[in-house]
Amino acid sequence: MTHIAKPQRQIDLRRRSFVIGASAAGLAFGYAAVHGVTGLSDALAANSFGPTAWYSIAPDGKITVMVGKAEMGQHVSSAMAQIVAEELEADWRLMQISLPANDPKYNDPVLGALLTGGSWSVRMNFDAMNRAGAAGRTTLIEAGAAMMGVPAGECRASNSQVIHSKTGRKVSYGKIVADGKASKVWTPDELKALKLKTPDQYTLIGHSVPQLDVPSKTNGTAKYGIDAMVPGMLYGKPVVPPVRYGATVKSVDESDAKKVKGFVKAVTLDDKTATTTGWVVAVATTYEGAKKAAEALKINYDPGPTAKVSDQTLIDEAKKLQASDASGQLFVNAGDPAAAIGGAAKVLEAEYLTSINIHAPLEPMNALAYEQGGVWHVHTGNQFATRTGALAAGALGIDPKTLVLHQYFIGGGFGRRLDADMVVPAVLAAKAVGKPVKVIYAREDDMAMDFTRPLTYQKVKAGLSADGKLVGLQHDVVCAWPSERWGPEFLAESADKKAKLDAFTVNGADFWYSVPNHRVRAVLNELAQKATPSGHLRSVAPGWTFWAVESMLDELAHAAGKDPVDFRLAMLDGAGDNAGGAKKLANALRTAVGRSGYGAVSLPKNSGIGVACVSSQERATATWTACTAQVEVDPLSGEFKVNKLTLAMDLGTVVNPDGVRSQIEGSMLWGMSLALFEKAPLENGALQVSNFDSYTPMRMSQMPDLDISIISSNDPASGCGEPGVTVIAPAIANAVFNAVGARVRSLPITAEAVKAAMKA
Amino acid sequence: MLTLTINGQAKQVDAADDTPLLWVIREHLQMTGTKFGCGAGLCGACTVHLDGTAVRSCQTSAKEAVGKKVVTIEGLGGGKPHPLQVAWVAEQVPQCGYCQSGQIMQAASLLAKNPDPTKQEIVAHMDGNLCRCMTYGRIQKAIIRAAADIRARSGS
Ligand code: FES
Ligand code: FES
Repeated sequence: MTHIAKPQRQIDLRRRSFVIGASAAGLAFGYAAVHGVTGLSDALAANSFGPTAWYSIAPDGKITVMVGKAEMGQHVSSAMAQIVAEELEADWRLMQISLPANDPKYNDPVLGALLTGGSWSVRMNFDAMNRAGAAGRTTLIEAGAAMMGVPAGECRASNSQVIHSKTGRKVSYGKIVADGKASKVWTPDELKALKLKTPDQYTLIGHSVPQLDVPSKTNGTAKYGIDAMVPGMLYGKPVVPPVRYGATVKSVDESDAKKVKGFVKAVTLDDKTATTTGWVVAVATTYEGAKKAAEALKINYDPGPTAKVSDQTLIDEAKKLQASDASGQLFVNAGDPAAAIGGAAKVLEAEYLTSINIHAPLEPMNALAYEQGGVWHVHTGNQFATRTGALAAGALGIDPKTLVLHQYFIGGGFGRRLDADMVVPAVLAAKAVGKPVKVIYAREDDMAMDFTRPLTYQKVKAGLSADGKLVGLQHDVVCAWPSERWGPEFLAESADKKAKLDAFTVNGADFWYSVPNHRVRAVLNELAQKATPSGHLRSVAPGWTFWAVESMLDELAHAAGKDPVDFRLAMLDGAGDNAGGAKKLANALRTAVGRSGYGAVSLPKNSGIGVACVSSQERATATWTACTAQVEVDPLSGEFKVNKLTLAMDLGTVVNPDGVRSQIEGSMLWGMSLALFEKAPLENGALQVSNFDSYTPMRMSQMPDLDISIISSNDPASGCGEPGVTVIAPAIANAVFNAVGARVRSLPITAEAVKAAMKA
Repeated sequence: MLTLTINGQAKQVDAADDTPLLWVIREHLQMTGTKFGCGAGLCGACTVHLDGTAVRSCQTSAKEAVGKKVVTIEGLGGGKPHPLQVAWVAEQVPQCGYCQSGQIMQAASLLAKNPDPTKQEIVAHMDGNLCRCMTYGRIQKAIIRAAADIRARSGS
């Protein structure tokens, strides 16, 4: 695999100027990297900074916010527009969004790259967008006051108008823009001095304003990558090899494909980035032609070194690695857990498994690529533009600066579009035929070639003191390392600073419970890494670490003869490093538990309520989430039904309550779908899934009742799209245990496993 | 050449008889509101109306559509938003939005026959339409809202 350099982190907007000046679109507003005032006035004079703008106002008053973020249904674009509009005093009905091409100038101010993942978006852009709005408003007030011939100090702004308070005279932002005189360069110091609203003064932030992307998604006008077209475009249909990774094409027989109307060429990919192996693309004048040609190709493969690998091989390998003290790197290293467990009154030890899962966004992977005048253009919806562009350029062997990536709405990301394999067949096919090619994966290709959530094997060993306190916990996490595949820059330093590890496989294991002796080890399963290149799937590591932690905590509570809620609350004491967060998590737990009726309602026979609480995604950006699940189990068959999920989430500043609720709804159902319905088995080096009959995400009829409590505060906004995913599986498993005494330690939870555990 | 009637307009298409209607609509005619999700009748993203009945356009050949009235999301309201589209905005249903054309077309065929569906009838009618973002709760609410709106308008 080619390692694409990690983009520079931490571009500090506090040291940047904010420029307001005329542009083709009207009045443009943007942070500028240009140094010195001369450079800025030159840029202004040349109208050349237009494309760097974060937002612009047209003479008709329409305000367009450029969203350097993937819009994949989390409505991040609307949230950003809200944050700008709040200080700008803009009329929400005049706001619109635009998804820019991958000009580095749109880079995330904090991450320094166009990356959407980890629920980072709102948290990291809040202050910069807020100040951008305030600076814009101030300049518009000055220009509007000048137009009315009154002192700026007597004017205020509201609803996209500058108003002279004494006389009530008004001038709209559109008119000010049309007048063409507004312009200003804000120095970093001036920006810093701007007085921002306090949360109690907000009129947009914290309110459920309608999402800007929604109307276009109800009438067919929203454009996704798959909808991109250019004149003279051909179509490419991938033919993927019979193993997930490592195959090579030995020969391609085109004779039957040649009989297909419109067939152009079969392109065997020579992928220098090694993102794909053994792929061929059938190119034709129509998609149906490309598909028929793909079916008619006779291809001989060398299936490569991982053609025999299966789930069981990966598990066996993981167990072997786990058993060795030499394996892995320490993520948490506190106290002396071995000694503490050695001296414990009671010791529990358990293995937890999670299956391979795939993203299966409803829009299959696709990309359109062509070269025009020495510049390559790639049209595709992606979550990580900088890396996607670099990969396309790498496959072509060109300078990334000569490649423009055009962004679209994303028909489901969930982390799948952090990876950028789809650009490789598109650019290589386009290069081979010398014409624009749109490559569309069939659903079968999309599923077979997913960058999966890795299979994980976790072993947890814990000791209880005589009075039932958790005195030591050892937690080993063995799996493929998705971030390692991206490059060493994406790895974190181990706790003992001796080596690197993939924190995206262990995040969450550094929980907020006070446990004096605690060790977490991250172990790379090399075999899995080779056989199934893994990716980041919605909620990433907390999707499995909390499965183990929250299951084990329940097992410990029962072993100690304590109520699982009390047992957790006692350890969420906020001592030492856990100050602050632990109390919030305790509060979320009490809220969910209280609303669920836990301990208060009498349940039907063979029913139970289970609890879990999590601090996803990372310690530094945690969202405090707790959930209870109410289940009913058939003791004969092990079949069970999840009747209700009750969740409470504390996520700091809530920019759009209804938007947050929508993300929580989706993430809870995702969590349940992963816990019960989704599994992608690996056999003979291939994922045994082809379409939505073999990989089966939740349908409407399988939906439980949802009860959601949102707890807000003035803390920075934290992500709400992922934590809900992580808390559901342990809550359900703990509920099954409370219902019938069956402890299931493997995901997805099946009726057979429940039945087997009941007998055990 | 095949002649199809789509959203009330006659369209000439140079496609083989067995070409899925989906690709004729999306790529030949460049009406991209209808979506490709699975190509196998398993997700409903490609749902259109054929003489008023919801069908999976990926499982319908272009030939089968000849002589019938095809309606896509672009033509659903006949020039103004259909009550379902209004309800979809009111309930803020879409997340990624990719499934929603198909969801709305599927729901429209239910309300055309049954302006007062129960929750069970909604679930039974909609269960073949996958939403990977799992907006199912809001889809149900929007259908109930649109049904009430349609009944209010027709005075029943
Ligand atoms: S694309 Fe037709 S049912 Fe999925
Ligand atoms: S809204 Fe994304 S698939 Fe339904």
